Amino acid sequence: MIVSSHPKRAKTGQYLVLLLYVIFLGFPLLWMLSVSFKGPRELVELYPSLIPDHITFDNYSTALHEADLVRSAVNSLKIAVITSLVTTMIGLPAAYVLARRRGLITRLGLGWILLSQMFPLILIIIPLFLLLRDLHLTNSHAGLILVYVVWALPFILWMLQSYVRGIPRDVEEAATVDGATRAQILVGIIAPLLAPGIVVTTLFAFITAWNEFFFALVILQSPDLTTLPLRLAQFVGIEGIVRLGPLAAAALLATTPSLVLFTIIQRWLTRGLLSGAVKG
Amino acid sequence: MSVVPGTRRRLLPRGRSRAGAGLSGTEALALLVPAMLPIVILSVAPLVRGIYVGFTDSRAGLGLPTHFIGIDNFQALLHDSLFVSSFKIGLIWAGSVTAIQFCLALGLALLLSQPLHGRWLARSLALVPWAMPAVVVGIMWKLFFQPQAGVLNEVLRRGHIPGANIDWLSSFKWALPAVIIVGVWAGMPQTTVALLAGVQSIQDELHEAAAVDGATAWQRFRTITLPQLRPVIIAITSLDFIWNFNSFGLVYVLTDGGPAGKTQLPMLFAYNQAFKYGEFGYAAALGDAMVVVIAGVLIFYLWGRLKETTA
Repeated sequence: MIVSSHPKRAKTGQYLVLLLYVIFLGFPLLWMLSVSFKGPRELVELYPSLIPDHITFDNYSTALHEADLVRSAVNSLKIAVITSLVTTMIGLPAAYVLARRRGLITRLGLGWILLSQMFPLILIIIPLFLLLRDLHLTNSHAGLILVYVVWALPFILWMLQSYVRGIPRDVEEAATVDGATRAQILVGIIAPLLAPGIVVTTLFAFITAWNEFFFALVILQSPDLTTLPLRLAQFVGIEGIVRLGPLAAAALLATTPSLVLFTIIQRWLTRGLLSGAVKG
Repeated sequence: MSVVPGTRRRLLPRGRSRAGAGLSGTEALALLVPAMLPIVILSVAPLVRGIYVGFTDSRAGLGLPTHFIGIDNFQALLHDSLFVSSFKIGLIWAGSVTAIQFCLALGLALLLSQPLHGRWLARSLALVPWAMPAVVVGIMWKLFFQPQAGVLNEVLRRGHIPGANIDWLSSFKWALPAVIIVGVWAGMPQTTVALLAGVQSIQDELHEAAAVDGATAWQRFRTITLPQLRPVIIAITSLDFIWNFNSFGLVYVLTDGGPAGKTQLPMLFAYNQAFKYGEFGYAAALGDAMVVVIAGVLIFYLWGRLKETTA
């Protein structure tokens, strides 16, 4: 797109800038990786190097032997799995309506999805906290899952309905002509065609719940209920400065599930989020 | 974000003639309820109540009576120097992060649309923050800024660049700029993806025609790329600003608002008021004020852009 009158010099310039981007984006990651492989002695050395003198996996085994960390990882897994399944299950029928039917409710729904982005979480969390307290659901995974489902729904609905839009109406029309009922169409035709979209959306909901911090901080108090991000944040507060190695290892381990899932879905994710958003 | 216009369908008779459009009202409602009910009960209603709580003296304790106190909270806010400074910091933070992020992401999007070797690496790296928990991003940059064992100070030391002894995240002068850099890094994915999609949707013919007419790269950028990207730019910068102004987890982990409140974003301030001191009413009033500020900035911004278009 940008071609100057000196093509060669321009190319070199572009590669130089690209390199600067790669450094800015990748260097902090590389450093965390490096710290996670360093032994305790090397970590306190005055002149730290990027490539560890002795690569050690001690930090990872230390992190994996922390009972608190493992328990919080199990908690996070449970919460994220339930959240993502419930969100997709209740979101799918609604997304179908949002995509296929124009009307007041549809417009209100889509409007809310966009509007809800504007409000600071503090306005929602205080009344939610009061409500959950009345229901005796504060400091419980059930309460947190409830909050996560509602919090993830707008985004999930937005993505799912854009996938539904991608399915030609003709497919459904043909089935209607053949005498299929609404339920048959939804289960037998739409759901299979939508399968990739459903997978992407569910995984996205999983990542969202796995990574979430603020609601967990407010709702969960008992140490045995904490989620992984919560536990990591406490780790920083209490002992992070002393034990950099295990901290880096734990942080990397905590990121691995979301990073792997994200790598799988990213191609479809960007398509789902942006379809209709750019041109229009 | 566009919504597919429904005009074409309205010309058709209601009924089974169009798939989906043939959904009866009850059917549609039955499908909507499982998602809409939780949203209304646990999102819309709390939000409305949350806005109202800002006008009460609600406190955290169980069974305490709550009274409507009108605008007392807001008057108290205006006399609270911590509030004023946290909103100032919030605006500086959200404004700088959004602006820097936009410039960097636009540059990256333009580069990524070029046939360059190794651009996949930059593209993948730009997406990574999207998958990382904010807490982990915070931890990562804490390791980066660490005064003794951190890599930044080591690079400065080796390059004999001044600043090698600064404890960045605890410095009155440097904590906010340091935190802003982290904010920029963390928000790169969404901005880059949106701008890249925009850049790629610009037709090549426009650039080719302009090149034939002898337009320089800079002229083409000014007269084709930027105007074509306008809607995307306005949408993504507005969203970024909202997200950044409401941001919490990143700075909570990095500095927890310190040193001495120098990085105390509005959400951190509100969180402390609500869940450390139990001042629900006051914290909700803070939330109300945040909505007003965001709406004000957005109206000002969008109005300015609109005037530019019509001028």
